[in-house]
This record gives sequence, structure tokens and C-alpha cells, in this order.
Amino acid sequence: MPDHMPQSPEKREFIAKSKQFWNPAKTQAWQDMGVDLVIDRREGYLLWDMDGRRLIDLHLNGGTYNIGHRHPELIEVLNRGMQRFDMGNHHFPNQGRTALAEMLARICGGDMHYTMYASGGAEAIDIALKTARNATQRRKIVSIINAYHGHTGLAVAAGADRFKKIFLSDQPEDFVHVPFNDLNAMEDALKGRDVACLIMETIPATYGFPMPLPGYLAEVKKLCERYGALYVADEVQTGLMRCGEMWGYQRYGIQPDIMVTGKGISGGMYPIACVVAREPYAGWLKQDGFAHMSTMGGAELGCLVAMKVLEILERPTMRPMVNYIAETFRNGLHEIMKLYPDFFVGIRQCGLVMGLEFDYPEGAKPVMKHLYENGVWAIFSTLDPRVLQFKPGVLMTADLCAEVLERVERAVGLAHAECMERGRHKTRAA
Amino acid sequence: MTAIVEAILAGDQRATGEADMMLESAEWAAAAFARFDRARIARIARAAADVAYAHAGELADAAVAETGFGVAAHKKIKNELTSKALHDLYAAEDFCSARIRAELKMVELPRPAGIVFALTPSTNPVCSVYYKVLMALFTRNAIILSPHPMAKKCSVRAAKLMAEAAEAAGAPLGVIQVIEQPSLPLIEHVMKSPRVGVILATGGTPMVRAAYSSGNPAIGVGPGNAPVLVDDTADLNAAAKRIVESKSFDNSILCTNESVVIAVESIADRLLQSLKAAGAHVAKPEEVAALRELLFGRGTFNIDVLGKSAIEIGAKAGLKLPANTKIILAEIDRIGIDEPLSKEKLCPVLGFLRVPHAQAGITQARALVRLSGAGHSAAIHSKHAPTILAYGAAVKALRVVVNAPCSQGAAGFGTHLAPAFTIGTGYFGSSSVGENVGPQHLVNWTRIAYNADAAEAFGGFDGLDAWAGGPALALGREAPMTLGRLQEGAEAVQNPPPQPPGRAGDTDEMALMREEIRRMVLEELRGALRS
Repeated sequence: MPDHMPQSPEKREFIAKSKQFWNPAKTQAWQDMGVDLVIDRREGYLLWDMDGRRLIDLHLNGGTYNIGHRHPELIEVLNRGMQRFDMGNHHFPNQGRTALAEMLARICGGDMHYTMYASGGAEAIDIALKTARNATQRRKIVSIINAYHGHTGLAVAAGADRFKKIFLSDQPEDFVHVPFNDLNAMEDALKGRDVACLIMETIPATYGFPMPLPGYLAEVKKLCERYGALYVADEVQTGLMRCGEMWGYQRYGIQPDIMVTGKGISGGMYPIACVVAREPYAGWLKQDGFAHMSTMGGAELGCLVAMKVLEILERPTMRPMVNYIAETFRNGLHEIMKLYPDFFVGIRQCGLVMGLEFDYPEGAKPVMKHLYENGVWAIFSTLDPRVLQFKPGVLMTADLCAEVLERVERAVGLAHAECMERGRHKTRAA
Repeated sequence: MTAIVEAILAGDQRATGEADMMLESAEWAAAAFARFDRARIARIARAAADVAYAHAGELADAAVAETGFGVAAHKKIKNELTSKALHDLYAAEDFCSARIRAELKMVELPRPAGIVFALTPSTNPVCSVYYKVLMALFTRNAIILSPHPMAKKCSVRAAKLMAEAAEAAGAPLGVIQVIEQPSLPLIEHVMKSPRVGVILATGGTPMVRAAYSSGNPAIGVGPGNAPVLVDDTADLNAAAKRIVESKSFDNSILCTNESVVIAVESIADRLLQSLKAAGAHVAKPEEVAALRELLFGRGTFNIDVLGKSAIEIGAKAGLKLPANTKIILAEIDRIGIDEPLSKEKLCPVLGFLRVPHAQAGITQARALVRLSGAGHSAAIHSKHAPTILAYGAAVKALRVVVNAPCSQGAAGFGTHLAPAFTIGTGYFGSSSVGENVGPQHLVNWTRIAYNADAAEAFGGFDGLDAWAGGPALALGREAPMTLGRLQEGAEAVQNPPPQPPGRAGDTDEMALMREEIRRMVLEELRGALRS
């Protein structure tokens, strides 16, 4: 740790205990990266480390805290809900679940009609893939190389090797991976007409938010239609107004057959994730409604929170606000780019989904560290560590955005100096 | 959704949460709007005023239908005045540009308040919305309106029409917003928000006091209770006509309306005849008692007669009035707490008091304003300048209308006072502003002041753009570009950023050239760093 960030004995002790009982390697990895964060108090877009340091949250745990930590309206709805409900019995119709499904059907429009519930994003992805298999009676799943869809059975198999080889969980016979933004590869994968579905994050988050080329997603959707595969949109990180529309796919003019929403739909308050499917492809719900079950999936309290999240996101003030924030960061970050043209080389952006590219091996890691030391928490992209995930919340105030930009300017400068210094050492050593 | 689920979702935080989002988006809009130049402001204000004017009659009808107050034809006039006339008046001034005052070695930069939180009344709902929105637009402020619940439908419609027109003309999204379901706790919540720049409170005294105690800067005004003195030099027929015209205008709903005629004894009977000829009914003593009971029988002013016509009030009080009666005169023998009819009456019932001479009239006028209406308005009909001056000095009113209808005249129509529906009652009336409130009250100025010593030369500021020289990051210089609208084609940006569209000379070719130069510079830079 740098000298100006001393660790309290309590924190040192806690981190040791975390290694002892929770996750030794992960706990240590953060210490090695210079991020000794133990989040204590949290409010809005602010976090306080257990040593009392204030951090602005630009990670949002992948958009989980899209509308901020402990949003007062969510606290209220959860409190009110608990006066009457609990999770509910998953076998029976319940008021919260049906109300949320009805709301999602209205918001998604068209024949996006049925909602299936999970307790988390990965489980929801599994439900979506199972639903596609049931609908098409095909087994194969196509996804993007370096995709990330979560860690359950089918979801992890659809994702990058990084998370499945260690558990011997790859299923090469059923899961095909193609490069992102490559239509020829996509067509090759689909044209055997044996693919149940393509699953794709509208903008791949853990891959550092590379932007779909103009027309790419629309063409992919057409290919799916041509070869009888369903299009499953993983909207866990791109949905919920983060791209400037309720769902990221709306920005690209496509209509998926199945859509998965997670993280932010829970408001970070009560775990829930949802799969919304077009009426013709939700056949198993009519064939055998007991075929997939989840005790905690669609917990009634979670449904209430999710409805409140959607209500907040649908307010007429929301859309302009997202656009104001997106443009403020776009312009402010450009100014910072101009200061470090050899280091800070690109901004990938769709609304508040942003990736900052640094022209240095694993360049996002020193930036992350210096941001952390300068009061901002943003995370590098696991599957492309040159790229920093930069995810402002949809309710960020003008003052907070200005403060973030000031801190980013300082941190990028320090990271730049550190990388250049390292570069000189290397040259000298050679 | 079942009723149970709906009830759980409808907590107290919903309204305040919605209001906070309005404030946050208004804050963004205000930041963008504060960078607009005068020409853009002129286009936007024009568009808002035009749509307001076009709906003047329709919204006048809607206001009367919703509130039951006033006269639609008169409200239409007010709506027209507060759209077209007010626009033309404000448009002639400049609240957007820097003022270079070489003679004082000073540069003055306009600094809008940011968010104006405007309360609008039930009595003058639509014209108050018009007036406050135009003041905000001309001064580059965002405005959040909170209409009186009794007039919310017409007020919301007026605000939305102007918002749509302003946005269509290029205003930032969210610059004009309106609270559709106002409630006291919600208004208090917004008043106390640190995001509010200034509160513009028009309404009852409790609301104005709440605005002042919110902790935010506030411009609030007190109630009126205007005396009108008629002395023996006045043109009695003209005075009578003006008084009746004023007191019957919109059924006396403007807080600038005359409350009590104070007539010098020598002309009092003739004045009464002239008032009758102009459409006044002079109540008999038993009718005065009935009116007193109707208007103030419950202690405070009876809201059932607020803004009602003389005929309707006559019917309620059991008076038989000719159909052409415009106002009712109630003769009283004193001013004071023991005569309720000497209090403010927002209806066409006018007190009438005889005094032996003008000096006594001035004393009684002082007493009337002491009772209520301090700092507000007074009127006088006279040709005798010393009396007029003495009246103006003695009565604690901050505007004294001479030989004109007070309702209209004190509000700036038919006099050269500033046209306004927020009448500053100043320190007499516990208000921060003593003038008719105008756009100038919604903007501060940063004054760049040079050393007065002649040896220190004043800089050359002509033609400079205040926002061009500073650090763009700190100023958010380009943030307002799309003004809250979706920015298409913003997906991937490489260093350096492309220029905003529509800039002169920004052709594809130039962009390509810039890109090429950038690549070369970068390569050179990297080469230098490697070696």
C-alpha cells in the first residue's frame, strides 16, 4: 500500500480473516493490485471503505447499483413489502410475480409476453438457454469468444475458457464460440441449422465493452432467423436505461426472441433476475409448467423491488438525465484523452456503458489502482485488461460527474507517469 | 397489478423521489441553458410565448371551469398580456450577454439562479405560469412549477405547452417542468432542496413564510389591501369608471385590487352617484350587514365568494341586484380590526369610507394598510401633487397608482410599472423584493473589477467568448451540445475526438486528414518514448 493510504490494524486483521475463511486467492489478488477495498457504508453512488475512505462507485457491480446504493424508494418498498410478504411459495401464482411479469410484458412490448424468474443472472441465462432448446428442439448454443454470461452450468459453458476449464465445465460438443463482430464466422456457426440459439450480450461487458459494428447485431438477428436459431439478448449489463433506452438492443434496432435482465433489476436490494420470452418460444410454460423451478427465483419481495426499479427508470425525467450524463462524460473524457494521447487512446461508449482503452499491457490495472487511491472505484475488464469499465449510474448528479472527471484526470496522469516509468526501466534493462 | 401490490409500491418516497429526479434533470438543463447566447434564448422564449398566446383564451376558460374564480374574458386578457406583451417587453432587454463597462473598468457576467422553484396561485393560475416561465427563459434558468392544487389541471397544461414549444425550439430537455400532483409535504421537500436556486412564491401567507424559512433564497410576497383615496380635485366620473373597471376586473381576483374607497366628504355623494352610473350597487345598511356576514362571518375571508361576480355574491347574501351590476359598494364607518370589511376582499365588494378631508383620508389609508397589505399597493385619484406625494410618503405601500385602475395599474398594465403577477411587498411586507418582480431578480452578475488606479490598464474584452478561454473540463463547455437528447453515433471514439457536427469546414475529408495527422503524431510520440 502507498504511504498515504495506511491500513488500520482492524482492516489488516479483517483481510487476514477473509483469506482464512472466505477466498484466499481473490482476497490476495486485490491486495496485489493495490486495491485493499473492504466496503462498509454505502449510499447513492458513494462507498466508504472500512477505514473510512470515501469512493465514488463507477463499477456499480456491473450495473447492480444502477440507480445507486440503498435507493430510498427501494428501502421503502422493501420495508412495506415485508409487512405483508416474504419470498413466497414458488409453486403458486403470487401477486408480486404476476404484477412484475405484466409490467415487463408492457415495457418489452410486442409478443415479449412471458417472464420466467431466477434468483440471479446466471440462473436466468440457464433458463433462457433451456427455453430455446425446448422451443427449437436443438441442442447447440452459439456465443461470442470471450463472452461472459455467469457461472452456472449452461451459462459458464457459453462463456470464456477463463471460468470453465478450472471446473472441467466446458462442453465443446454443444457450445460453439465465434469472434465478435465477425458475420462470416457467425453464419458458419449457424448455417448447419442445428443451433438452438445465439446468446449475446448486446455489448460484451467483461470483454471491455467492444462496440458492435454498425449493422452487426441486426445482421446477426437476420442470420438467426434464416437458420432457425433464436436470438437471446443478455441485457444484464446493457439493459435498464444504461444505454439510453430501457434495453440496449433498442439502440441497435433489433427485437430479440428471449431477453435476460439481472443485476440492476434487483436494485442491489433483493436478488432477482428475469427472462422475458416471446410468446411462441415460451412453449414449456404451457407444456409442463413444473419443468423449471426455483425456490428463490422470483421471490415476491424481489418482484416488488424490481417493479419499483422499473417505475423509477420509466419516469420521463430519466431519459434526458442519462443523455446529459453520457455526454458530459464523453466530452470530459475527451479532454483528458487529449492530455495523454500516447496512453489513453479510446473511449467505447453507448450511453452510460463505457470502456476506456489504454495503450499499455494491462493498462487498465494501474489506472484502476490510481483511481482507487484518488477516491473512485472502477474495475478493469477481466477479459481485456487494457480496458477500464467505466459505468456511471443513471441518477448521477452534475456535481458528482464533475468530481469524477477531476479525479479521473488526476489518476490517469499518475497511471500514465507510472507506465512510462516502467517502460523506461524495461528499455534500460534491455 | 393487485390493489395490495399497488399499495405497497405507493409509499411516501414515491412523490419525493419523482421530485428529486425533476430537480436533478433540471439541474442538468440549467447548466446547459446557462451557456446559451441571447439569439438562442430569443428563439426559445418566442416559441414559448407564441404557444402561450395562442392558448390564452382556451386556458382562460379552463381556469375558470376548474377553479370557479374570475371572468374568462378578463383572464384571457391577462393571459395575452403575460405572453405576447411580456415577451416583447423582456425581449428588449439582455440578461444573457457580458456587459463591458470600460468607464468603470468592470466586466459583468450574468449568472442565472439555476433552478427557479415557482409556486403559482389558484386565483391567477395560467397567467402566473406564463409570467414565471418567461422570466425564467429570458434569464436562462430552469424552472419547476408547483401549481395550486385547485388549479393544477390548467396550470399543468399551460406549463407543458410552453415546455414542448421551448424544447422544440432548442431548449435543453427538462428546462420547464411542472409538478402534476402537488401536496404540502412535497412542496416543502422541494423548497428545502439544495438544488433550488431561488423560490418564487406567489400564494397565501403560510406558503410565502414556508418559502422564506426553507433555507433557500426566496422571493415571496405578502397580501394586498389597497386603499383608494379620492379627493376633491379628482375627476369624479373618470375616477368612478376606473374604480369600477378595476374592481370588476376578473372579479377582483388580483391582489392589487382596491379594497376600500376613501372619499373626501365634500365629493362623497357625487362620487357615489358616479360609481352607480359606472355599474356599482350601493348597499343599504342591512345589505352591508349581510355582506359582512357572508364574506367574514367565519372569521376569515370566505373562499366561496373568492373571484365570484357581484351578481353571484348578491344572490348568496340575499341582495336583489340589477343584472348589469359590476361591483357592490359597502359603506363602512371605520377602518380596523372591528370592521371586517376593511380587510382584503378578493371579490367585487368594495368598502366605502367618508373622511372630512384629504389629510384624514391619508390617515385612514395608513390604517388600512396597517391592518393588512403592508408594502403592497395603494391608489389615489387627485390632481393635487402635494396630496399625492404626501399619500405616497405616508402610506406603507410600495406602489401608488395615480388616476388609474389599481388592479391593472399596480400590476404594471396601464402604468409604467413593470408588468408582474408577483408584487414585491418589500421590507414593509416581509419580502426580499420591493418592486414588481421581473427577470432581473432571477440573475446575479459576476463583476470583474479592475484596480481603479489609472496606471492599471483595463483589458480588451470586446468580442471575447466567456466560455472559450477556460478549461473545458471544468466548464463542461460542450456538455450542452445535445441538450439531453440521445446522441446517435457515439459508440466508439478514438483520440482525438471528432468535432461536433455542423461546424463550418467539418467535412469528411477534413476528419480523415485530422485522423491521418493524429496517427502520424502518435507514431512519432511512441517512437520517441521507446528510444
